[in-house]
Amino acid sequence: MKQLNAIIESIGSTVLLAFNSGRYLKTLPRQFPRLIEQCYLIGYTTLPIVTILSFFIGSVLALQSGYSMQNFGAKQLIGTLVGMSMVRELGPVMVAILVTGRVGSAITAELASMKVYQEIDALETMNIPPERMLVMPRLVAVLFMMPVLASITNLCGWFGGALVCKYTAFIAVEPDAYFAALKRFMGAKDVWDGLIKAEVFGFAVILVSCSIGLNTRGGPREIGAAVTKAVVVSLILILVLDYFVTKVLI
Amino acid sequence: MAGSTSLIAEKTFGVTIEKLNKSFDGVPVLKDISLEVKPGEIFVIMGPSGSGKSVLLRHVAGLEVPTSGSVHIGDFNPADPATRQQIHLALVFQAGALFNSLSVYDNLALYPREHRLGNEAQIRDRVMHALQILSLEKAVAQYPAELSGGMKKRVAIARALVMEPQLLLYDEPTSELDPVMSATIIEIIAALREHTAVTTIVVSHDRTLAMSIADRIAIIMDGRIRAIGGVADFEHPANPAIANFLNPTIDLKNPRFKQLENDHE
Ligand SMILES: Nc1ncnc2c1ncn2[C@@H]1O[C@H](COP(=O)(O)OP(=O)(O)O)[C@@H](O)[C@H]1O
Ligand SMILES: [Mg+2]
Repeated sequence: MKQLNAIIESIGSTVLLAFNSGRYLKTLPRQFPRLIEQCYLIGYTTLPIVTILSFFIGSVLALQSGYSMQNFGAKQLIGTLVGMSMVRELGPVMVAILVTGRVGSAITAELASMKVYQEIDALETMNIPPERMLVMPRLVAVLFMMPVLASITNLCGWFGGALVCKYTAFIAVEPDAYFAALKRFMGAKDVWDGLIKAEVFGFAVILVSCSIGLNTRGGPREIGAAVTKAVVVSLILILVLDYFVTKVLI
Repeated sequence: MAGSTSLIAEKTFGVTIEKLNKSFDGVPVLKDISLEVKPGEIFVIMGPSGSGKSVLLRHVAGLEVPTSGSVHIGDFNPADPATRQQIHLALVFQAGALFNSLSVYDNLALYPREHRLGNEAQIRDRVMHALQILSLEKAVAQYPAELSGGMKKRVAIARALVMEPQLLLYDEPTSELDPVMSATIIEIIAALREHTAVTTIVVSHDRTLAMSIADRIAIIMDGRIRAIGGVADFEHPANPAIANFLNPTIDLKNPRFKQLENDHE
């Protein structure tokens, strides 16, 4: 019962945090340098790992599907399969997971340490709302960066798949054929759906990371516990949201 | 004085605390505390470690909500977000609570920047003036992690000054400092009040500090106010518990820890 209360309380305070941060949206122009800094941290620092991982995910998708499809003579559809899976599902989920590990955890650690060392209290005595200075720029930044990251993921995944198709002996599908198949069944809606998913996941991850960081209580030991909690909650949230958002979008 | 910055607030507030009680998870920490701090005075709250001094100060700063009773700064409730904006108070935290990711300069400039109190040149004047008062000009580009304990405290005080506070709160400003640095900080606290007439509440267990700069002193023990009075009242206190706290005798033949041992037998 006590635990249930705690869960409901933290959901409540997370939703509240989103609203309270939203109230300061009009201060964005004068917080422009902070926004740029956060875009850099979220986007640029995750880019290398996103590129490498999505390339290999695309490759392995092509390899696996090529292997299972060779007996059905459906090799021509590998492009479709890789393209669709990346755009609609794997791209957004993978980017969100990488943002959780690379950015969300860092945000929670930073805010939790600010809380534990009373920096947040100091802000409050200065009448500077932490939501305005620490949360809102991060939420806006992630909304800017997720579509960019997700698009790069898609492209890298597609190219990884194309390379595998061309150079794997038992597949041997030329890039022209691969990309033709990729384009044939993919509409703008598929791309949009994927980007919407990425936005939802990214926003949720950063919001949860901020909320857990700011609600840290106790001593320095709690900083590590907060980071673990933020990562676990974010990962669960990504997969749960994935189901519901997919259901709504289909 | 550098430029036009005065660092003097236009008005200051008194503080009224009425029947304040605070419990954490059902454990009472502050018990029925009532006191009044007059505008412009230096009020020192003394008491042993763990007696609730910091918690009391956090209530004045609006960082804790009373379990019952009330805290008012002038007519404003510091814990109410709606009226909180009306009061400019500064709390000098015991550990400084400096922003670790910002340089000393940016630590001080954050408040005027966030509240848009002038352009960068004016803010620079204001920050440099505060740093100058505390002889910190050399530390301007350093980060908190690079500072000694005494410097952190001085930066924290400078950061409070930049806010032109109408109420200045200090939590253990002289703890962990060597005697000379303590004396400097005590002089700074007194001089600031002298120059700005700002109401000042100091939480401390430093007897020298209290006796040299307090207008009035309150003793808090175990969450309760035990005595309030002027400096003269505490020179030879009649109450043995207070006398022992202010002037603990060191008796090597009959030490306190032995009594503790006996308690366990
Ligand atoms: N946030 C909190 N949660 C639970 N207990 C607290 C909290 N803050 C302070 N306390 C307890 O209140 C008592 C008084 O603490 P404090 O005011 O920090 O003492 P001091 O007089 O040394 O400043 C201590 O027993 C402390 O453990
Ligand atoms: Mg204390």
